[in-house]
Amino acid sequence: MTKTETNRGQSAPRKRRFKLEHLLDHSILILGSLFMLVPVYLIIATSSFDRITVARKGLQYTFSDQMAENFHMAMFESTSFTGTVDGFTMLMNSLILGMGFAIGKIAISMMAAYAIVYFRLRFATFAFWLIFTTLLLPLEVRILPTYEIVQGLGMINTYSGLIIPLIASATGTFFFRQFFRSVPEELVEAARIDGAGPVKFFIDILVPLSKTMIAAIFIIMFVVGWNQYLWPTLITTDEGLFTLVRGIKQIMLVIADNNKIPEFGVAMALAIIAMLPPVLIVLFFQSWFVKGLVESDK
Amino acid sequence: MKRAGFAQPWLPMLLLLPQLTIIVIFFYWPALEAVRSSFYLEDPFGFGSSFVGLENYQILLESREYRRVALFTLFFTLCVTFFSLAIALLLAVKADKVLRGATSYKTLLMWVYAIAPPVAGLMGAMLVNHSNGMITHLFGAAGYEFRNGLNYSDTAFTMILVAIWKQIPVNFIFFLSGLQSIPVSLREAAKIDNKSGTSRFWTITFPLLAPTGFFLLITNITYALFDTFGIIDVVIKGEPGNNPLTLVYKVYVDGFRGNDLGGSSAQSVVLMVLVLALTVFQFRLIEKRIHYT
Repeated sequence: MTKTETNRGQSAPRKRRFKLEHLLDHSILILGSLFMLVPVYLIIATSSFDRITVARKGLQYTFSDQMAENFHMAMFESTSFTGTVDGFTMLMNSLILGMGFAIGKIAISMMAAYAIVYFRLRFATFAFWLIFTTLLLPLEVRILPTYEIVQGLGMINTYSGLIIPLIASATGTFFFRQFFRSVPEELVEAARIDGAGPVKFFIDILVPLSKTMIAAIFIIMFVVGWNQYLWPTLITTDEGLFTLVRGIKQIMLVIADNNKIPEFGVAMALAIIAMLPPVLIVLFFQSWFVKGLVESDK
Repeated sequence: MKRAGFAQPWLPMLLLLPQLTIIVIFFYWPALEAVRSSFYLEDPFGFGSSFVGLENYQILLESREYRRVALFTLFFTLCVTFFSLAIALLLAVKADKVLRGATSYKTLLMWVYAIAPPVAGLMGAMLVNHSNGMITHLFGAAGYEFRNGLNYSDTAFTMILVAIWKQIPVNFIFFLSGLQSIPVSLREAAKIDNKSGTSRFWTITFPLLAPTGFFLLITNITYALFDTFGIIDVVIKGEPGNNPLTLVYKVYVDGFRGNDLGGSSAQSVVLMVLVLALTVFQFRLIEKRIHYT
């Protein structure tokens, strides 16, 4: 693409060249946006059709009249992909997982980062390494032994078994440690002169200072927690604890089974409900989200 | 550590306690357990296990299937990393350049970040459905019968396509923020010195983006290795069969379906070593990064 720009640049008049170049830039961006957008559009359009049409003709470009019905079935009736659980219960479970994961991770990592940065502690370096080694190994790598330990602790099919093992990593701690270190030292000195203890300093000064950071990291963590798949698939066998993303597995199993025609419209509706909350959060809090992503991953 | 730190001995312990408890129980214990059980052979009928030393590793390295999975993982990782980085870089450069509609393009290109991998996998699976998928029709129009789930390379194509699609937004966001942090004065100076946009990109912009690029390279490799599980599981509809698999998927299949605890653990340990090597490489690069910025 860039080659054509320069070839043309030599001969064509200046003004004309600029227009062509802009046209090319916009075409590339529009093509890119369409590439990201079209699959989701097809899912949305298809969610307005009955299952027979979808089974025969596949994903749809246009809209039909079954959307309200499909979404109603997906939300409030047992969805034909699971036994008795409805989309609403799965939505609640997804919310619990997303919020629990984000809040839990922020709380424990802020506390740990505070201890490491602001205290004279002999064992701080050791604690630091103990915590940061966890950055090295994702849960997927140690999935089987983790499962067995959680099973041994009787935490299968519980919310705590679902959430806590996912929190066992240091991404949040690393992030808050970096941020706390950038807070001017004069603040803690001034607070000490004024007679503020460590708890008061943390709650009245440090936490308010970190507000934007907390919001940014919350958005990222909520999306990450909401979108968990492998761990919920293993740890929740009881339908009452299924999340929406976990429910995708059930949809896939029904589609793979050739003996009956799946409720495609309802499946697409469930997929839309599964992606809607994180997508909305990312769209509404775009600048915080970008900040959280770019600054936390470094 | 801050010089003006608090001196209370018990409070920091208390603050560290929740995090340390969680990582000891759910990180160190399982990680050590994986290493330990990679040296044991589990009795198939559940009557204990016996120490076999390095036998699990030996079996693994001699296994043709494991080599096949490792090779595919390498190919998969290369494709996903290269294409998602290249496409995202092109889009970021263009989004950074245009004046009109820049914000809308930015939003349109980044929102897919929020979609869960298995949901993306479900879309892919619908698009390549054998009887009525749109991609299947496209291939059909070109005279090729696309058979996802039956033909090894067709299934691989679907997995790679979905994995690239899902990863473009993150790369785009990082490249764009990298581009926007290049000082305006530098860009203008470059513009005066060099009229050609292409050569300006390769001589000025691209080297300045190198730190972001190195960082993203590692992130993308990690993504392709670990975070694509949901995509793969849905695209192959949970049936390993003759389908292409990645190393992480094989750990899961052997451990949970095949009940091969020792073999699965040995694979886990191999992956741990791989991630460790990647991390060391990453830290080396971060050290180098100081010279760039």
